[in-house]
Amino acid sequence: MSTAEKPKYKVIGTRPIRHDGTDKVTGRAKYGGDVQQTGLLAGVILRSPHAHAKILSIDTTKAMKVPGVRAIATGADLPKAPNEIEELGEGAVNLAHLSRNVLAKEKVLYKGHAVAGVAADTVHAAEEAARLIEVKYEVLPCVLTAPEAMKPGAPILLDDLKTESVAGQTSTGPTNVAKHFHFEKGDVAKGFAEAKVVVEREFHTATVHQGYIEPHNATAFWSADGQITVWMSTQGTFSARHQTALLLDVPVSKVKVVPMEIGGGFGGKISVYLPPVAAILSKKTGRPVKILMDRAACFEATGPTPGCYMKVKIGADAQGKITAAEAYIAFEAGGFPGSPVAAGSMCVFACYDVPNGKVDGYDVVVNKPRTNAYRAPGSTNVAFATETVLDEIAAQLKIDPLEIRIRNTAKEGTRRVDGPVYSRIGMLETVQAIKASEHWRSPLTVGSSSGLNGRGTTRGGSDAKRVKRGRGVASGFWFNAGLKSAVSATLNQDGTVGLLEGSTDIGGSRTGIAMQFAETLGITAEEVVPQVVDTDSIGYTDVTGGSRVTYATGWAAYNAALDIRKQLVERAALLWECPVEKVEFLTDLGNGKGGVKGPDGKSLTVRELAEKVQKHGEPIIGRGVSDKNEPGGAFATTCIDVEVDEDTGKVEVTRVTIAQDAGTAIHPSYVEGQMQGGTVQGIGWGLNEEYFYDKTGVMKNASYLDYRIPTCYDLPMIETIIVEVPNPGHPYGVRGTGEVPIVPPPAALANAIHQAVGVRMTELPMSPPKVLKAILSK
Amino acid sequence: MARKRVISATINGKQEEFLCEPRQTLLEVLRDTLQLTGTKEGCSNGNCGACTVLMNGRPVVSCLVFAVEAEGAALETVEGVAPNDGLHAIQKAFLENAALQCGICTPGFIMSTKALLAENPNPSEEEIRFFLAGNLCRCTGYDKIVRAVQDAAACCSGKTCATK
Repeated sequence: MSTAEKPKYKVIGTRPIRHDGTDKVTGRAKYGGDVQQTGLLAGVILRSPHAHAKILSIDTTKAMKVPGVRAIATGADLPKAPNEIEELGEGAVNLAHLSRNVLAKEKVLYKGHAVAGVAADTVHAAEEAARLIEVKYEVLPCVLTAPEAMKPGAPILLDDLKTESVAGQTSTGPTNVAKHFHFEKGDVAKGFAEAKVVVEREFHTATVHQGYIEPHNATAFWSADGQITVWMSTQGTFSARHQTALLLDVPVSKVKVVPMEIGGGFGGKISVYLPPVAAILSKKTGRPVKILMDRAACFEATGPTPGCYMKVKIGADAQGKITAAEAYIAFEAGGFPGSPVAAGSMCVFACYDVPNGKVDGYDVVVNKPRTNAYRAPGSTNVAFATETVLDEIAAQLKIDPLEIRIRNTAKEGTRRVDGPVYSRIGMLETVQAIKASEHWRSPLTVGSSSGLNGRGTTRGGSDAKRVKRGRGVASGFWFNAGLKSAVSATLNQDGTVGLLEGSTDIGGSRTGIAMQFAETLGITAEEVVPQVVDTDSIGYTDVTGGSRVTYATGWAAYNAALDIRKQLVERAALLWECPVEKVEFLTDLGNGKGGVKGPDGKSLTVRELAEKVQKHGEPIIGRGVSDKNEPGGAFATTCIDVEVDEDTGKVEVTRVTIAQDAGTAIHPSYVEGQMQGGTVQGIGWGLNEEYFYDKTGVMKNASYLDYRIPTCYDLPMIETIIVEVPNPGHPYGVRGTGEVPIVPPPAALANAIHQAVGVRMTELPMSPPKVLKAILSK
Repeated sequence: MARKRVISATINGKQEEFLCEPRQTLLEVLRDTLQLTGTKEGCSNGNCGACTVLMNGRPVVSCLVFAVEAEGAALETVEGVAPNDGLHAIQKAFLENAALQCGICTPGFIMSTKALLAENPNPSEEEIRFFLAGNLCRCTGYDKIVRAVQDAAACCSGKTCATK
């Protein structure tokens, strides 16, 4: 669906086979775990069995006696990290906290917190030795939720923590609240006084994990000449280099990070866990050391994204127009500060034109793993609250749920509660796309049963009446990011181009970047050979995150192609012995090929000119960088049909359609892929996924069997409508697409469940026990 | 540590002998001893399917098979799927349908799909989803994977497929 006059592109909008595809379907692609090195040792991390404890002593005597053990590292081996905030491209981090998260020093703050690293000839010897390290702990009481941690008298995790508020005030006295964000717009009291309907609800969401299938990994070699090389899968080589260098107290130039293929990240592979430990073990042994996390450690010690407590209040007039909105949001940061509560506080009302609004957000430490970004971090939590409250208002006012969104939609010029004013955005268009969709227009008898269960098989008899259907919609917002990217391009003598880039490729971005380059140079996607290279081989590039790569690295590639075009024009002018002004570059010479056109009808395709350049003169290398920050907001609206079994509380998803504004879809298949994958993660978050803790702070379901992510058997096909409202801040109109699709599903599911069985769900996940409890207490 | 054993097995059509400890999994030996790193480790407890290989034609999660159990077996890994002169229809279908994003689960899906199509050349969508439910993918939402399997089935059961 195109919503604006669309320029004709030759490459953009087509669906070439991805450049790294063959390697990935034949098993040749090398991921972090596949690294082999001469003399490679295996590393293992010993982790805390307690959620909160003082470390009294660590005795490695017995462990060092295990045959094959080469070295052991503890927190004492890490240089003292300053209590300073360091900007890492996407998000800032306190170095002392990051260092203590990599290897605990005086305290452990969650079950799974790393305490020591062991390097040995085999992983089995390392595991055996790790078991023999004797750590004496003094166990402390733990606190697991934000509201509990905020109470006076709660166990304090970090003695030196003070509450910073946006106004710059700092609290005295110990606290678990690291930050208080506050945003305000208009007159909230007046707004609520003008409302005909006011709905206020409290919400709880569980801690969830990114769930990338490839566990964290790192192989490090600390050479005798002082150079450290790290091979790893990461969302950002330069960020990993920066973090590793800071934690080891060496200059960034002493660390080279070599990106291996990455098996999923979703925000969880930005922070470093293993490289500093592997590097120290390498320094101690003079050998490369590879550490692979196991799945339980991934759950217990990396990722997750916060569970939270929220209270959202929205008032609307008789026409459903929002008059005021207010939110209180407390996110569990985990053992160290840094939850995405700021982003959550900005996203909470971002889809709508809210004339009067107030938002308070709190970053609260609890005895859970330090949280990290997860796809549109913070936005999914808050959308669950806002989008279900809005649904309730629509129901009370008897307004269609899409109509209430249309009446309140944020548009170009709308000022968000947190301040920024939107440029051209496509929120309204995504709602209209759902309204026009076959899915929305298809009949669904609310509350009735199909006589089938969600899988289309007969439940039969009177039982069938206990399965009820419902349909829900919800919208979502994500900022998207710009930041820094660099590419360099070498023109080959056959007219193809080797394209080097620093953005690690999680979902096919190499091809999206190559396509923008190809479009600009008038060659085919296949004539570009993109490669993701190490930190010594390309200019600084920020992380693959914030939905920024196709936008920002794509822009750098566009600039590199322009640079090559300029050089080609100059060379053609030399060749034709004419002024440069007489030569122009055309992406299509009329024969479908890009090239230069000169006087007297002379022309040369890129390929023809490349051949001549090879014979005479300097090689042609294009350089492209970008640091633009007009990524255009991303919006999505999702419609979900469910069948709820009233006897068990089980929710089956029977149909899903997502409409999302992609700006311009460079490679539509991979845009759809982001929409589908994000939607399904949102469905998992909505229905199944949660960390179960016992009272002592031990996670009881740290495996894929018990932490249940959706399987293909749980799902129907995911229908996609790509809305294209070009971003005026990009040469090809690109907006990021990666993150926003995860945002609407939990709220859409809750709204669908309400339509089916008449209960309002205010807790995630909406697993069978919770839904059944809600049905039974109707 | 128990003594190492010599194990003989056919791997991707070639007779191989390798040494392993009794405690080593087939996954560990494939990856670390035989350098067949196309088989991926996702969870090491049989829940994610990334390490799926075919053992005597049946799909197994190689993290739950001891290497010593492979004695005399015929093993097939993702490295053995493509013919010498190109790609298998399943691999082509995954590429053409954009059925992978990060690609870490792809080898496991390809092996499971191979087992599915050997058993049931014309599976329904329901049958595909049931058979592949043991393979987790976190990137794609499965939509394009299911479509790729449907395409591969159509290709393999028709005359259009050169690489049955």
